[in-house]
This record gives sequence, C-alpha cells and structure tokens, in this order.
Amino acid sequence: MKKNQSQEEFLKGIWRDNPVFVQVLGMCPMLAVTNSAINAVAMGMATFFVLVGSSFLVSTFRHVIPKQVRISCFIIIIATFVTIADYTLLALVPKVHKELGAFIPLIVANCLILGRQEAFASKHPTKLAVMDAVGMASGFLLALLSLGAVREILGDGALFGVNLFGENFEPWVIMILPPGGFLTLGVILLFFNWFKYKKDEFLEDVAAAERSES
Amino acid sequence: MNAPKDTGNSSSLRLVLTLAIAGLVSGIAIIGIYETTLPTITANKARELREAVFKVLPGVSQMQALVYRDGELVVVEAPDKDEPVIYGGYDEPGEFVGYAMPAAGPGFQDTIAILYGYKPAEKIVVGMEVLESRETPGLGDKIYKDAVFVAGFSALSVVPEIIAVKKGTKSQPNEIDAITGATISSKAVVRIINEAHAAWSAQLPPPGSEPQLRETEPASTEAEQ
Amino acid sequence: MDNLLWIFISALLVNNFVLTYFLGLCPFLGVSNSLETSARLGLATTFVMLVTAVCAWILNTYVLIHAPYLRLICFIVVIASTVQFIEMLIKKLSPALFRAMGIFLPLITTNCAILGLAIFATNRGYGFWEGIVYALGAGIGFTLALVLLAGLREESELSNIPQLIKGTAMNLIIAGILSMAFMGFAGLFSSA
Repeated sequence: MKKNQSQEEFLKGIWRDNPVFVQVLGMCPMLAVTNSAINAVAMGMATFFVLVGSSFLVSTFRHVIPKQVRISCFIIIIATFVTIADYTLLALVPKVHKELGAFIPLIVANCLILGRQEAFASKHPTKLAVMDAVGMASGFLLALLSLGAVREILGDGALFGVNLFGENFEPWVIMILPPGGFLTLGVILLFFNWFKYKKDEFLEDVAAAERSES
Repeated sequence: MNAPKDTGNSSSLRLVLTLAIAGLVSGIAIIGIYETTLPTITANKARELREAVFKVLPGVSQMQALVYRDGELVVVEAPDKDEPVIYGGYDEPGEFVGYAMPAAGPGFQDTIAILYGYKPAEKIVVGMEVLESRETPGLGDKIYKDAVFVAGFSALSVVPEIIAVKKGTKSQPNEIDAITGATISSKAVVRIINEAHAAWSAQLPPPGSEPQLRETEPASTEAEQ
Repeated sequence: MDNLLWIFISALLVNNFVLTYFLGLCPFLGVSNSLETSARLGLATTFVMLVTAVCAWILNTYVLIHAPYLRLICFIVVIASTVQFIEMLIKKLSPALFRAMGIFLPLITTNCAILGLAIFATNRGYGFWEGIVYALGAGIGFTLALVLLAGLREESELSNIPQLIKGTAMNLIIAGILSMAFMGFAGLFSSA
C-alpha cells in the first residue's frame, strides 16, 4: 500500500501542486472566455458540473470499464455531460451562452478533465474521486475568476458589469482583447514562480538553520 | 484494489459491448436533455427575433417570414435551412409597414451581422440593429453602443446608395455620419446594407403589393394581394 | 462574407486560431521549443484539420440534421479516428518520420484547435469549399504561430534571461506580444 500511496502523492504533485502544469493545461480554450468576470464564472460553473459529473460516473464504473477502451469511455462520458451543460445553458441563460459561444463544447478538449479521470477518478472510490473533482474544479473556477476579474477591471473599468471607476477612467482596452489574456496569465504565472522561489528559499534557510543547530 | 480490473486480454466482445452500452446511455441522456430544452430554446430564439424586428421597424407589432421562390415573394412558416429569408412587419390592424432584412459581411475584425428595417414605398432604411459583431471594444463596438450612430439609420435613403461621411458633414438624405475613430466599422455596416439591398431589390414586389399578413389559420393560402 | 479569400486570410492572420482564439495552446506552449518539430506538428495538424472539415461537412449535411445533439460526440469520434489513421499511414509510409514525431502525433487528438475548427465551421454554416479553405487557413495559421514562437524561443535560449521568468511565464508573455502584432492584421479587407 505504501507504494500506492507514494504513487498517489507523486501524481498529486504533478497535477495539484504544480500550478504551472495545471494552469496551463486546463486553460487552453479558457483564456478566450475570461474577458469578463461573469463569463469566467459561467465557464467555471459549466466545467465544474462536467468535471464532478464525469468523475462520479468514471469512479463508480471503474471496475466495469475495460482498460483498453477506458479513454474512449471517458470521452463519451465527458462529451455527454458537456452536451447537457450546453443545452441547459442555452435554455436558461441564452445571453451568457451567446457570449461563451463555441467554447462550451470545447470543454471536452479541456485536458484537465480527461487528465483527472485518467489520473485519479478511475483509480479511487467514488467519494474520494468526487471530492478531488470538487477541489480541482473549485481551484479552476478561482483561477478563471481571478483572470477574468483582472482583465475586466483593467480593460473595462467594471466588475461583473458594475462600473468601478466612473467616467474618467481610461480603460486599458488591450486587456479584454486576446493579447491581454496571454499577458495576464503570463504575469500570474510569474507571481507563482516568484512565490515558489521565495518559499524554497525560506525552506532552505530553515534547513540550514537546523543543520547548524544539530 | 482500486485500479480498474486488469483482465489482461479482455474479450473483444466485452470491449465492444462496453462501448456500445456507454454510447447508448449517453445517447439517451443527450436526447433527453435536448427534448426537454427544445421548447424553451425555440421560444427564446423566436422572441429574440421578434424583438429585433420590432426594434428596426417602429410601429410594427406582427411579423412573418418571407422567402423568394419561383419568381415571387411568398410567406412561409419555416424557411428552408439555407434559404435567404426576410421578414415582413405589420402594424396592429395588419397593414404592411416594412421589411426587416438580415445582412452580414466582413467588418474590421470579423463578420458583422445586422438586421435593418426598410420601407419600400419611400425607399428608406428606418432602423438598424447589430446582431453579431466582434469589433474592437471601445472603438468598433460603437456601431451598436453609439446611440447617435444607430439613430442615424432612422430615415436613411437608399437612393442611389447609402454613403458614410465624416462626422458632422452629413448633408444628403442618403448620407450618414460615421463614428470618429471607427470609420472602418461604420463603413462596413453601410456597405453591408448596400450589398444586401442590391441583392434583394430585384426580388421585392412593387410597393403596395407586398404579401398580406397571413392569418394563422391553416386554411389561408393566398399570399399576394 | 462568403468570399473564400476572406475566410482564408481571416483564419490565417486576422483571427488566427492560436493568437486570437486561444485554441491549440497545449502544443503551442509545450512543443514550440524546437523549430523543426513545430513545423512538422503544424503540417500534420493542418492535414487533420482538412480531413475533419470535410467529414464535419458531410456529417452536418447528411446526418446531423436529424440529430443535432449528437454533433459533439460525432466530431470527437471523427477527430480521434483521423489521427489514428494518419498515425498508421505515416508509420507505413515513412517509419523515420513516425519515430521523429513520436508522441506528438496522438497529442493532436486533444488539440482544441481541431474541435474548435469543426464547431466554428458548423456555427457559421460553411459549405464544402468554405470549410476546406477555412481549414487550410486555420492550419497554416496554427503552424505559423507555432513556428514563430519556436523561433523566438530558440533565439532566447542563448540570451541571459532571469531564472524567475523562464518557462511558461515567458512564453505566455511572448505570445501576448505576438498576439498584439497579429492584431495589426485587422482591417486587412476593409474597402475604406
């Protein structure tokens, strides 16, 4: 069991503790919808629904799905949930659906979801898999929201449509255009790197202090 | 044991069966959600269209779809998929007011889709609504955000064709002030209307003989006066 | 709008799939450290896009009219099958190329750009030729973006770059500037 546990930790390290990996892989079509906070939240919720739903089903049926066709089965399950989400959004909030446009079906190509099924949900009991999915999806939603909020505040002077700065604010329009998406994510990743660097430095200092004490 | 059952050489039958069942269940789920949401989605689409048509044709409260078949403009319940369709707008008593015509073309960034209202008797455009655009926010998107520009379409002559001129220099009834800083987007809208009008004008019946508002009873068949 | 040239140039430059629509970022950020691999991957992707566009058109015209809700699943199946087929083809025709491309071939399946192409073409109601031209423009545009970033990355390998910014952060910022440069192509077709 110890070997399994350490394997689990290792995988978690790849997916969860490595924000660069997670952020970039899961972000593919997502940069396009983060030009405003509300779009980001809508896309985050849709992904949440798909991820949790798929993880639940994959985990429940993990003993039944043969290894050779597991990827195809995962994709069928994910695509079904995405289609459900697509039609539900179109019926309930057509305006939001219009903004997100073709990117809702593209949730299927979100490497984060498929990766999660392969790495976790297919190997763990239902309860654990669902908790993991909820955690990942929440983290993803937060990441989207921060990206969308920054871009909307700088590029539109508003948040969730509520004007923040009044008349005289000259919006930095490029932020809500594609280059803004790249730049914002790049800068956020820069902060992550810096944060990690500082943390490593701190840990090294602690380790050095301990060595000099002993 | 938590890993998927490693049966080594799973029989091909089992593989196919699993996929088939997965596909079947998935199909049922998808069809289910589709049927459930279909009425709402259709109603939403119809409502959006009505609102747009009423916006570009002031005074209109009823509408119907018109297509050009066999040399004349006829009323249809549901146009064919690729058939170009325009909409006839009628006021409360059922009198013809004007046409609402969809049109699209390349703008500055990407395709712009609009709906414009047209009165054939006076040969004027009476309203314009942008349905889809990806123009530059803050500049090109003024084609729908700038109320003054949109209002410029409320009595715009199409003879000989609409011309976008520098802001403040409008002098003829067929001229419209372009938006400062968004000349290309403004001119694109004008070009889109001109091209649509050129394509349709030969197919419109002479003023006064437009298709009547068809009553919703299935018995009614005659479309033209 | 139906103008084939506009569709081609728009997909290639003005509304580049990678730099404007953020599609195909996985290979864009992951593979572009080598100019040669990028070019090869781009070409393979373009081919898959062409096949997908044709299949999507066939599906849309003859099959999906009766069952529009099956669109997503059908597209995915088509893409996965096409990639599988190309893998086998390359393996048979040129084992050397197959070995050189390695893992990147199956990765084309999860490339959001191909699924995105199919969905966009469907939404815009493109016919047969429009779909082909669109796929060509999108594929070459994708290759162009990949090759540009790869070239820049290879150059930057030799420069002094602070450790902190190295990696994906730098690539994203470079991509942002590339995206800004491509914004200059807007208005290419305006008849001012």
